Amino acid sequence: MMPRATSRRSFLRGASFGLAALSSFDGRGAFSAEGARLGFANGDRPLVRYPGKRALIEQTVRPPQLETPFSVYDEGVLTQNDAFFVRYHLAGVPLSIDPEAFRLEVRGHVETPLSLSLAALKRDFEPVEIVAVNQCSGNSRGFVEPRVGGGQFGHGAMGNARWRGVALKTLLEKAGPKPGAQSVAFNGLDSPVAPETPDFVKALDLGHAGDGEVMLAYAMNGEDLPWLNGFPLRLVVPGCYGTYWVKHLNDIEVLDSDFSGFWMSSAYRIPDNDCVCVTPGAPKGATRPIKRLNVRSFVTRPAEDAKVAAHVAFEVRGIAFDGGHGVEAVLLSADDGANWTTARLGEDLGRYSFREWRTELSLRPGVHHLKSRAVNRAGQSQPLAPLWNHAGYMRHVVETVRIEAV
Amino acid sequence: MRRIRKTLILMATAASLAPALGAAETLTYALPEETATLRAGPGQETAQNNCAACHSVDYIERQPPKMGRAFWEGVVKKMIASYHAQIDEPDAAAIVDYLAATY
Repeated sequence: MMPRATSRRSFLRGASFGLAALSSFDGRGAFSAEGARLGFANGDRPLVRYPGKRALIEQTVRPPQLETPFSVYDEGVLTQNDAFFVRYHLAGVPLSIDPEAFRLEVRGHVETPLSLSLAALKRDFEPVEIVAVNQCSGNSRGFVEPRVGGGQFGHGAMGNARWRGVALKTLLEKAGPKPGAQSVAFNGLDSPVAPETPDFVKALDLGHAGDGEVMLAYAMNGEDLPWLNGFPLRLVVPGCYGTYWVKHLNDIEVLDSDFSGFWMSSAYRIPDNDCVCVTPGAPKGATRPIKRLNVRSFVTRPAEDAKVAAHVAFEVRGIAFDGGHGVEAVLLSADDGANWTTARLGEDLGRYSFREWRTELSLRPGVHHLKSRAVNRAGQSQPLAPLWNHAGYMRHVVETVRIEAV
Repeated sequence: MRRIRKTLILMATAASLAPALGAAETLTYALPEETATLRAGPGQETAQNNCAACHSVDYIERQPPKMGRAFWEGVVKKMIASYHAQIDEPDAAAIVDYLAATY
């Protein structure tokens, strides 16, 4: 699909947003016609257009991993479908799907196994909607110091969308878990290249799966799911990392035991302590599966290295989110953390959504470092110094944007 | 010719995604072709033959620079032990040498 003129224009507008020049690369996904510069060593990336997507940051091709340019987060509180990041684990990406023949199986330790068509899911069940952030466990990994292996993302492996579909609770009630049911495993149409490679299967305990919020989405921001975001059906686990949001979901298995598959028992594990951190280089120690998002906030405007007029008030704005308590407050510092002022929060789209915030500043001439720090309704916040773990998961340090008043 | 054909496929994909679900047809998606190549060096071919069986080699190129031998040993070990990549021992050693020296 050739890029439409309109999307080309919006791309250029995004690239030159604020006062950042096209040639001014930054650590937050600034980009030019040539590519993006993510702001860490070996962080230059080409931009690439996939069908149904605007120009996104190419991380890997097989399987595809595409990062959202950071300027997108200043376009609105909902991340547009054509800009939403893409992350696969296995190169067996489904490339052919018959929506009429597609079936979702609900099976295993249940009284009544189900086999449901997309039409049935849309017709026979009351639709539910939720706005929720999907963030990759390794979002911002490229900024982790000392550096760690894995997908070297900037801050663009996250997105916020309005998901519409069927509550998993409703399906589980219809299938009827047998006594002794403990967990629910989720599998999609994607598959490994080598049959010996563990298929990507994730699991939730039964109580979480049936909490009424976990859902199966067939629509995103009012449209069918984009192909690379899990068409025609994906799991949505509000408040939890994207690793649980299984794409192309076609198989739900209720188990009478804990799920022991590789992607739960070995992969996506975090230090089993409160800070989710260890001293760099220390042994991994005890681990547990990654689960809920921690508190994060970002300045989306002005952009990194932007120039603003000195002694003239200008707007500073951004986004904040957490794992479901909801954002209580966002504080902004323009003096590298010495003093903090409270920003105004934007419309509340629910406790799993990005929350916009904004405030005004007027600065004396010179270089200034802006920092945003969110606090959630449980009193949790963001550390001023980064925490470290072996996998580079759950980065949520207060980030800094350098700007210059002239 | 190849390029024209690909464009047609992509256009067909875009068109087929447009109608509401229920259209009696199989939808397809075309991924772009892979262009990443490994850096030149002793062991490049061994790495290409083994690593690229399961993923594009940009996975290697994108890693932080100069991570050192222990890092790449860990990566190759993980591919074999966790993902069950079918890499024999001499090849695994050659790949570690290549990655540690080249990336």
